[in-house]
Amino acid sequence: MSDEPTSFAFDAEAEAAIAKIIPRYPEGKQASAVIPLLYQVQYQMGRQTGSAWVPRIAMDVVAERLGMAPIRVYEVASFYFMFNLKKMGRYHLQVCGTTPCWLRGSDEVLRACRDAGGLKGYGDSSADGLFTLSEVECMGACVNAPMLCIDEDYHEDLNYERTVALIEALKRGERPAPGSSIGRQTSAPEGGPIVLVEG
Amino acid sequence: MAKVTVDGIEVEIPNGASVLQACEAAGKEIPRFCYHERLSVAGNCRMCLVEVEKAPKPVASCAYPVMEGMKIFTDTAMVRNARRGVMEFLLINHPLDCPICDQGGECDLQDQAVAYGKDSSRFDEQKRSVKDKNIGPLIKTVMTRCIQCTRCIRFATEVAGVPELGATGRGETMEVGTYVEKALSSELSGNLIDICPVGALTSRPYAFVSRPWELQKTDSIDVLDATGTPIRIDTRGGEVLRILPRQDEAINEEWLADRGRFSFDGLKRRRLDRPWIRRNGKLVAATWPEAFSAIAANFKGRIGAVVGDTVDAEAIFALKSLMTALGSENLDCRQQGEAITGEHRAHHLFNTAIAGIEAADRLLIIGSNPRLEAPVINARIRKATLAGLKVAYVGPATDLTYAATQVGLDTDFLTGAERPMVILGRAALARPDGAALLAHAWALANPTPEWNGFNLLHSFGGQVAALELGFLPGPRGLNLAAMMGGGVDALWLLGADGFDPARIGQNTFVIYQGHHGDAAAARADIILPGAAYTEKDATWLNTEGRMQRGWAAVLPPGEAREDWKIIRAASAILGKPLPFDTIEALRGKHPLFAGIVPEAALEAPPPAPLSGEAFAAAPGNYWQVDPITRASETMAECARSAATPALAAE
Repeated sequence: MSDEPTSFAFDAEAEAAIAKIIPRYPEGKQASAVIPLLYQVQYQMGRQTGSAWVPRIAMDVVAERLGMAPIRVYEVASFYFMFNLKKMGRYHLQVCGTTPCWLRGSDEVLRACRDAGGLKGYGDSSADGLFTLSEVECMGACVNAPMLCIDEDYHEDLNYERTVALIEALKRGERPAPGSSIGRQTSAPEGGPIVLVEG
Repeated sequence: MAKVTVDGIEVEIPNGASVLQACEAAGKEIPRFCYHERLSVAGNCRMCLVEVEKAPKPVASCAYPVMEGMKIFTDTAMVRNARRGVMEFLLINHPLDCPICDQGGECDLQDQAVAYGKDSSRFDEQKRSVKDKNIGPLIKTVMTRCIQCTRCIRFATEVAGVPELGATGRGETMEVGTYVEKALSSELSGNLIDICPVGALTSRPYAFVSRPWELQKTDSIDVLDATGTPIRIDTRGGEVLRILPRQDEAINEEWLADRGRFSFDGLKRRRLDRPWIRRNGKLVAATWPEAFSAIAANFKGRIGAVVGDTVDAEAIFALKSLMTALGSENLDCRQQGEAITGEHRAHHLFNTAIAGIEAADRLLIIGSNPRLEAPVINARIRKATLAGLKVAYVGPATDLTYAATQVGLDTDFLTGAERPMVILGRAALARPDGAALLAHAWALANPTPEWNGFNLLHSFGGQVAALELGFLPGPRGLNLAAMMGGGVDALWLLGADGFDPARIGQNTFVIYQGHHGDAAAARADIILPGAAYTEKDATWLNTEGRMQRGWAAVLPPGEAREDWKIIRAASAILGKPLPFDTIEALRGKHPLFAGIVPEAALEAPPPAPLSGEAFAAAPGNYWQVDPITRASETMAECARSAATPALAAE
């Protein structure tokens, strides 16, 4: 727990978002805002420290803000995989290993992440603090499998080489455009339309 | 009301009741883990599955409301199969460590696995294991045994009002705990042990001590607060091994405060087990005849007697009879000089009764912290607040575990309330303006013949008996303050440890009769070893004035004797033998023991000006308040852990 900061306060950007979030819920039901507020914590930590995670002290701040017992926030935050309760790398590499992606070569994507990112396996963070590797369940991008989700961006139609290129670009500080890595338009057939091409 | 049939038995049950309650009304046993009558329904253990006609699959009876004409079956092939399946799942991750588990022999999981489970498991994967949590010095956790029924979480949140336990993680990694390791800050934490259906939460002091079938069980009353919680004392070979609550809807429901449950190890330490006599300034061990002849030689002249807070009614009555026979009216039981006259019973009783808290609509607490003074009553108040009771308090800001507003003595909080209720702390009456506070509180409660909402909350189980038996100065008698500083030549202290013995005059001859070598015993010239509350057949009156009987679970140590017998023997030596030789004969001498008490008349106490002084904070140390709890190592550890919660977590 040595990474745990000793204090946390929402910054102006988070406060602006919170001011919009809390009034969405009826008076007396503010505790419903716990998930959006935890997201705000995670975004803010990402902005400020380059590591998007939810420290414990921040959960206490959320509890205080919403008038709920801290343990209720811990329960929610630890239930959902989207909240990282440990210090993360700058980029969160989330490899989908569910059947469609797996059939289409997610093992290669994983190998590329390990090789290029300097990661030992799922759950590991790289020594340079750039990457954390996670396995995720189906994220709904099966048509363009296999996919890799980096923070909140989907990168699809990957293979070993293109995944390595993606990670190398991240290392250079670039932010590659999300979407299909082979230029496929949304989820249209690979190589362009094949039906209804005439008329 | 809805008419339903359970296995062909027709029962009528209120609308909105659950199928499980209907089955119970029909006398059918439904196995369950997560369901508990006094907690909210979770419906997550699935053990209570039953078959309902036309329902396609078994339903969880605890969470399924009854409907008119419903046909319920509790013993069909489908139900038996469902229970077997659920039990098999529950046992997947439950360790096979019953032989070393403290719950063994009184474990719901054990019993129900035998009754409803399969004979073997088909699971051959790795079982999960969970790290044990440190939640304080009272509760031992073996979290691998947890079946995640969440009873403890709901108890802490709903009954104890300390939402500190939760279920973190999900699926197979779900764990019950505090997340950030810390000791639970509840005075009712011991009830988690009773409420846990498996061996995940067990008593730390009782760990590896005994099996339930080895224990002798004796009914008694907890005297370490004024709730009068009925308890069961479990003993083996003359040693108290644990104390559990009994159920009484009118008093404790089924809870017991931690002080009453865990302080019994204090009964084994610092005990007075033989008479002592002061010779040349030093206390030396003596025999009973020596002690009695010393009493005969010295207990004369201007004599007085003071009784303590945890003395039984029989001993109080015996001592009062002795003093009366010796012609003394110098009696007192108000060790802090509380402004209680004993003249009108209604002025010193909890008039609404504990169950009456639920009938009140507004409650004003004055100079009392029921959370620390009577945790079980506080839980009842909390329960009532959840049903709509509004609470305010006069005194320093504090967390009572429920919403309560801080007000002043001039509050109009109770105005307009249909059933106003006032709880006045006994400690408040020890203030210089105690009498004025009593009158003020009485006026605020505004008692009527239909509803007397004035309540005095006492601190210990012996205090009301002393008042009801009139252990108070007679018309020409001296009170405690007047007996101090040489006001009397000889003073008999019966378990009186509640005041500073240094106030007693240098030349006053002091007899201390009691069970622990505390401050008062150190001042005594003669020590008579008495019996603690677990060691005597005795009558107790709780803060409501309710008469309750306790039975001796063990014998007093060494030469120690039951207190009324000591006084009876002393009376013979002093030449005024008391007219009873058995406890039954003693009880025959006062109508109180037959439950006959005068009507509690609604006479308002005489008003007096209030001093306006602020109320002092209740003593923060809940655990060490009397000789028994001060001698208890468990209580000392609780006090240490409460003072430094961070250390406790290490």
